[in-house]
Amino acid sequence: MSAGVGVELDNVWIRFGNFIAVREANVNIAGGEFFSFLGPSGCGKTTILRAVSGFLEPSDGNVRIGGRDMAGIGPNQRPTALIFQNLALFPLMKVWENIAFSMEVRGVASAERRKRAEELLELIALPGQGDKMVSELSGGQRQRVAIARALCAQPDVLLLDEPLSALDLKLRQHMRTELRSIQKQVGITFIYITHDQGEALTMSDNVAVMRAGVIDQIADGQTIYDDPSTSFVASFVGENNMFRGTVKKLTKDAAVVATDAGELDARIASSVKGELKSGDDAMVFIRPEAFGVAEAGARGKGRIKAMVENEEFEGQSYHVFLNGPGDTHIKMSLVNTGRTSGSAVGDNLTIAYDTKQAVVLPAGELASE
Amino acid sequence: MAKFFERNGGLLGTYLLVMVGFWVIVLIILPQLSMLDFSFRYNLPPAQVGTDADVWNISNYHFLLFGAEGNPESYNVVDMSVFLKTLVAALFVTLFDLALCYPLAYYLAQSVSGGFGRVLVLLLIIPYWVNEILRAFAFRIIFGSSGIINATLIGTGIIDEPIDFIRADVALYAGLGYAYILLMIFPIYNAIESLDRNQIEAARDMGAPWWRIHWRVVIPFAKPGITSGCTMVFMLTAGALAAPQILGGPSSLWFTQIIYQWFNTGGNWPRGSAYAVVLLLTCIVFVLAMMRLFKIKMGEIGK
Ligand SMILES: Nc1ncnc2c1ncn2[C@@H]1O[C@H](COP(=O)(O)OP(=O)(O)OP(=O)(O)O)[C@@H](O)[C@H]1O
Ligand SMILES: [Mg+2]
Repeated sequence: MSAGVGVELDNVWIRFGNFIAVREANVNIAGGEFFSFLGPSGCGKTTILRAVSGFLEPSDGNVRIGGRDMAGIGPNQRPTALIFQNLALFPLMKVWENIAFSMEVRGVASAERRKRAEELLELIALPGQGDKMVSELSGGQRQRVAIARALCAQPDVLLLDEPLSALDLKLRQHMRTELRSIQKQVGITFIYITHDQGEALTMSDNVAVMRAGVIDQIADGQTIYDDPSTSFVASFVGENNMFRGTVKKLTKDAAVVATDAGELDARIASSVKGELKSGDDAMVFIRPEAFGVAEAGARGKGRIKAMVENEEFEGQSYHVFLNGPGDTHIKMSLVNTGRTSGSAVGDNLTIAYDTKQAVVLPAGELASE
Repeated sequence: MAKFFERNGGLLGTYLLVMVGFWVIVLIILPQLSMLDFSFRYNLPPAQVGTDADVWNISNYHFLLFGAEGNPESYNVVDMSVFLKTLVAALFVTLFDLALCYPLAYYLAQSVSGGFGRVLVLLLIIPYWVNEILRAFAFRIIFGSSGIINATLIGTGIIDEPIDFIRADVALYAGLGYAYILLMIFPIYNAIESLDRNQIEAARDMGAPWWRIHWRVVIPFAKPGITSGCTMVFMLTAGALAAPQILGGPSSLWFTQIIYQWFNTGGNWPRGSAYAVVLLLTCIVFVLAMMRLFKIKMGEIGK
């Protein structure tokens, strides 16, 4: 086997009447990669997946799989297998018939289908359960059967549409690891859709963050988290404190932004380096965990004076909610080291952050909670 | 039982029970029982009813099987062949309706969106506002020697002489096929409508061609609907009277017409009852056998 089959979206637009569901999507997914689309509900993730699997044709642009243009090639002819948001298992077939359906289509003899189904049942840790009906399985087991059914088709590209969304947290975490290990085992390209950022960040080699039909950023999880390319990505992925203001001073890599909370030093996001100008409307994003209680004289630190409003203990960390200058709300997360912050509600604190961990971006759309 | 009253309240619960009981006992069971009783009696003048001569016997069933005393044939060939022909024809009409309605129901349920679908359904229903007998006469006119079909065929020069659709029983089968088409479409439509579209797409994604999608996914799912449609159409077609009466050719006879003759012109109610009982029981047995053959449980039909 080669390194796997890649998928390219080349300037893809998808319209439903006047409504533009996907605009100008350019994505390059390498063979064997675990690639995720992450975005809020209704942003066009399923639509993109349907264009890749062939259930709809892009209004404009090309979908290429393994370098081959897919225009005019139907879903039953493409080397993809789709795991539907609701699984879409066949309720009137036995589990093994479900799994081996693609082989039945190819006219493989029953005994061989049965054998292959058993192998896949082994892989998904459901050995010997082939004769059950789908309705006799638990949610997580059905999930795995859907994965097995898709794998049985020996696709080059496996498309997964929020396959874990219906599961409870524990099972979801378990299935994440399992999916990842299955992917490593079979070595095919996975395109995974989710609106759960934790899922996207932990599992993927690369993530595309979508907002209302537009892909804002494509990068690996760490880059998305540490170096977002738009204010939407910064606010959608993970938690972030946002301070809005105007750019006062600029160097090559850093800026000073005058905000309600005072003048804040921050690093310029790589995507807008050289584009940001003095006087621009800008947003500074600082993660809760980037804050700490200020120690006298530390260097490279930005500082904000704020009053403690509330504290929340969450086991491994605790969160301090502060009210900063100009009535800004700030969240600070401290690792639980056994000591307390030494502050109480109503105290005035000076908090500090590493200016490298604060990001400046042009003011723009934010993710709504 | 207590739960039933709890859920519906005392007054409504009693009302429902009484009405259902009335329906089942007075309108279904009692008439059928009296038919059954009738069928085992002699056709006596009113004066002798209830006298010693009025005893249970199987002469009417014997007549259906073997004909009158002194029948040169060993069976009642006329009645039995009409009986068989009726069943075969009803089966044929049922299969024809199924072949016609399944694609239509599938199309309505899966492919048509919103408003247009409702218009189509309405177009299907509206003709049934017209009385059954009028509809049969309409078919007679359409298929008549100067009807629209013959007129068109002659007008376009395809034929010179009008075709006698009535004599060829084309009108009869068309009329029968059309009469209960809704009872076929709607159960299948209901079944297919509840089929998750993603299942069809999943099958397609697995590479299945359209016929396999129907064979393995849609038809198994729609089976209860198909069964209930076929059962109703078969029963009603076998028991139809108006269409054969009006559209039947001079040589064709429907078993119900024989029953009708015994009751009406023949004035022999016991014999008519016996014939009717045989028709009913045969239909029931036939349907049960079919359900057995296709592994369908009674409960599924009610879905
Ligand atoms: N067949 C269609 N006709 C018209 N609009 C559509 C159609 N399919 C999707 N849309 C619209 O396109 C947008 C994107 O839909 P899509 O299903 O791709 O969202 P999604 O990102 O998968 O959301 P979710 O996370 O809720 O599944 C939505 O606004 C939806 O209303
Ligand atoms: Mg979706």
